[in-house]
Amino acid sequence: MGTARLLLRAVLPFLVALPLLVLVQAVSPLDWAIVLVAMGVNVILAVSLNVVNGFTGQFSIGHAAFMAVGAYTAALVTTGFRGLEIGFLPAGVVEALVFAAALVAGMATASVAGLVVGIPSLRLRGDYLAIVTLGFGEIIRVVIENTRVLGQATGISGLPPMTNIVWTGMGVVATVLMARRLLLSTQGRALLAIREDEVAAEAMGIDTVGWKVRAFVISAAFAGLAGGLLVHKILLVTPRMFTFVKSMEVVVMVVLGGMGSITGSVVAATVLTLALEWLRGLEQYRMVIYSLLLIVLMLTRPSGLFGTKEVWDTLPRWLGGRRAEGGAP
Amino acid sequence: MTEFLQHVVNGLSLGTIYALIALGYTMVYGVLKLINFAHGDVYMVGAFAGYYVATALDVERSPSLAKALVVFVGSMAVCGALGFVVERFAYRPLRNRPRLASLITAIGVSFLLEFGFQLPSLRSQAESLESALFGFGLRLPDFLHRLALALPDSFPPGPTPRFFPEPFERVDWTVLGGVHVSNYDVVSLGVAFAFMVGLQLIVYRTKFGTAMRAVSFDARTAGLMGIPVGRVISGTFVLGSVLAAVAALLVAGSRPRIDPIMGLMPGLKAFVAAVFGGIGSVPGAMVGGLVLGFSEEMVAGYTVSSFRDGIAFAMLILVLLIRPEGLFGRVTVEKV
Repeated sequence: MGTARLLLRAVLPFLVALPLLVLVQAVSPLDWAIVLVAMGVNVILAVSLNVVNGFTGQFSIGHAAFMAVGAYTAALVTTGFRGLEIGFLPAGVVEALVFAAALVAGMATASVAGLVVGIPSLRLRGDYLAIVTLGFGEIIRVVIENTRVLGQATGISGLPPMTNIVWTGMGVVATVLMARRLLLSTQGRALLAIREDEVAAEAMGIDTVGWKVRAFVISAAFAGLAGGLLVHKILLVTPRMFTFVKSMEVVVMVVLGGMGSITGSVVAATVLTLALEWLRGLEQYRMVIYSLLLIVLMLTRPSGLFGTKEVWDTLPRWLGGRRAEGGAP
Repeated sequence: MTEFLQHVVNGLSLGTIYALIALGYTMVYGVLKLINFAHGDVYMVGAFAGYYVATALDVERSPSLAKALVVFVGSMAVCGALGFVVERFAYRPLRNRPRLASLITAIGVSFLLEFGFQLPSLRSQAESLESALFGFGLRLPDFLHRLALALPDSFPPGPTPRFFPEPFERVDWTVLGGVHVSNYDVVSLGVAFAFMVGLQLIVYRTKFGTAMRAVSFDARTAGLMGIPVGRVISGTFVLGSVLAAVAALLVAGSRPRIDPIMGLMPGLKAFVAAVFGGIGSVPGAMVGGLVLGFSEEMVAGYTVSSFRDGIAFAMLILVLLIRPEGLFGRVTVEKV
């Protein structure tokens, strides 16, 4: 494949998505926007957590902590560079550039946090990871609550309203594209091999610890992106947005959709976000329902809705279903 | 010097609590190779069970030692039953599935207990359901209405903290020129050590303990040798949960504030203690708990006290990096 085709394959989805998103942005009423953004953020979170929990077969339950790191970094950048002027560029363009830089900075710090958490805990078997990530999630929240620059418990308010459907949609496209292309690459096969049998993978010469850490870092980076997007819609960032309730929500999405299925995560994140929107009155039952859902799913259908397959593998043939033997690679 | 001794006393009483909880983690891990995520919440249920028994006996107004004993036994019974039920219905069906499935279930059980206990009481839930139905023009039949009124109005307790009544009068002694020791500390230490010695006897001197160690060593072979593996695992869960109840009541004696998420942090820390001692090792859990208690107390006493909660995790990272099998753990090589 020539370089041009490779480049096109990387850029084409964005080129297709951009006009569509602008269209959706133009026609959707205001009260939809917040739901659509929340949905997109949850899709990013679920798909990125799926890289660790689904592809690699590890189990992280501290995703909200990385989201918090990304969110706070992005918030610091956008509030720090508010009203920046760059020569002849119009203010709107500068704002967009600053926001893009803020999101990238959020991804960078979140991935550093992922590296710091991942290196010690991923040297051991998966079940330690769950408790370590839960603990780290709480620690990061406590650190934020005690840091003056980050506004302690009240957080940072008055963020510029930058996130809209276009930004979120582009984030979703980037995340899904990343996950899909990772899954189909040599690197993705290394992750799948670790999931299927860590000992055998190691015997085949796969650097298991190294790949687990890399998967963890990638996943953390996209969680940071989701955090940055979310807080620039709510215009406020507080430590209470990133408790383990949020992490649990993402875990439920991944488990419900099927660990290892990208479309499964997307569908589960969309459905759960909508369901929460409709069932606002049952807010206090939310976590009880989540935990029951987890237990019942594990007892009755541990592979989730789609298992490791994608949606099109499970469609009947007359609907264009592919029914791949043994599911996705 | 007196300050140091005071920290030793405090560290000892904190450490024995961690040790009691860590024992539950380590025993369950030994027989099932599962981190029982819900163990910290069993501890929480123990505190609430004790609270309800104490309220029913009106301990607050007329405390007595006999009632304290009843509270203890009642709470231990409730937790033992809870451990049995959780194992039977949540973990046993998954025993031959991938370990990830039981880990997720364990997390589910943990959050179910934490957030189930934060719901409003059953009666007020029934009342709001009734008024919601009334809004649709529906009325409950009379017997259902009376049933709703008979539901308990203080269970689940809801998110606001409750205060554990004192089962006997607190007496403070000053010994060795300035070290404060209360009778609660003494009782708590005595009970904790008694239970640990008792556990040691059970594990190393009884038939059940031998069976437990056999299952921990190799469950399949133990089953082939005629050991009822299922019953041994159930028994281990009950034993661990009873110890968690004991720990909860001992803590409630000196720190009476109890709430539905009180199990989260002690649970995490006791897990660290179990890993430090070598998960799966009974003496390891005791040593790990004591070491963690001492180091927390020393760090909080001599440096910044808000570092206290960070110690456990710093310790965990160090152990994982330097000696991942823990102090008393066996090095296990994973084979195909």
